[in-house]
Amino acid sequence: MPVSTGRSLAIIAAVAGTIFFTRLLPFLFFPPGKEIPPAIRYLGRVLPPAVIGMLVIYCFQDVVITKSPFGLPELIAAAVVIALHVWKRNNLLSIGVGTVLYMFLIQNVF
Amino acid sequence: MMKASVREKLKSGGRAFRAAFPCTIPVLTGYLFIGMAFGVMIEEKGYHFLWAMLMSLVCYAGSGQYLAVNFFTPGVSLIHVIFMEFMLNIRHIFYGLSLLERFAKMGKKRLYMIFSLTDETYSLFFVTKTPKDVDESQFLFAIALLDQSYWIIGSGIGAFLGSVLPFDATGIEFAMTALFLVIMTEQWMERRNRFGAVVGLGCGLVCLLLFGADNFILPTMLCILLILLPVGRASHWQGNAGEEMNEKKEQSEEVEHHAG
Repeated sequence: MPVSTGRSLAIIAAVAGTIFFTRLLPFLFFPPGKEIPPAIRYLGRVLPPAVIGMLVIYCFQDVVITKSPFGLPELIAAAVVIALHVWKRNNLLSIGVGTVLYMFLIQNVF
Repeated sequence: MMKASVREKLKSGGRAFRAAFPCTIPVLTGYLFIGMAFGVMIEEKGYHFLWAMLMSLVCYAGSGQYLAVNFFTPGVSLIHVIFMEFMLNIRHIFYGLSLLERFAKMGKKRLYMIFSLTDETYSLFFVTKTPKDVDESQFLFAIALLDQSYWIIGSGIGAFLGSVLPFDATGIEFAMTALFLVIMTEQWMERRNRFGAVVGLGCGLVCLLLFGADNFILPTMLCILLILLPVGRASHWQGNAGEEMNEKKEQSEEVEHHAG
């Protein structure tokens, strides 16, 4: 272990507490019975796909396209994931094949 | 001897779990796999399978736990841990907003429902319909509990296998990318709010280029709000009945599609 047991537990507690807090926030602001403004209701409906879009970008944040391998392993693996998912619509197949392909590409090809 | 009411409760609970299980199969496969990938990553840091399972039990967040692997390094402050996790999980604030009413009726289960609201569980709540003979709060609770059990088991298996079968796991973190790509593709194919997805991708990309990898999450969230809010206001928050009905119709078509 790179840090002590106590430190490890403190990190886990900080992570767990923060994640639970973000999930709890809207319920603290809008307890049962309190009217939810239409703007908030609207956001609850339209934000999730936007946030997933942002997370996709987040996953690619460390890709450097200006020097070799120019983000090619990521591009190829991502294209395979999407194409496979459109074709078969099977989560495990898309995630599994994409990940194994990516591992193969960066370990053996690029 | 059991009281009739207890027996009835157990029976309806069992019915809810039986109805929920087939709906959770996509998450079962995904969670076992990305849970295993997390297990391998944390094992490589020097933490055995019980640590992996503990984290999956108390933290329970895919991307949050992947990110957390980086914190087990000397010199990382707890403030940094909290800030990074908050930024990454800020999206959960908006998940809750769309479930306020459905969770309000759930009594004692409510706190667990809030705790266990991951990306995948959240999306399941919107593509599945509660069967007629099943109590909705028991059905949603069953989905949430099944999903977390897959996650805990997957991370334990991954960490255990990683320790007994040493292999080069470089690149296994792509499982998280693939997971989000799958969710995005799924949302896109269901024609639900492609506009939102485009706004998220566009703002993310522009802010990444402008602010760099370490600081782009907050500007991206602001940018998304600045685009979506005026659009929503202009369409009167899309609150009219006609649109709600269209949405319902689309959802029931999706359910049929999944069943087929």
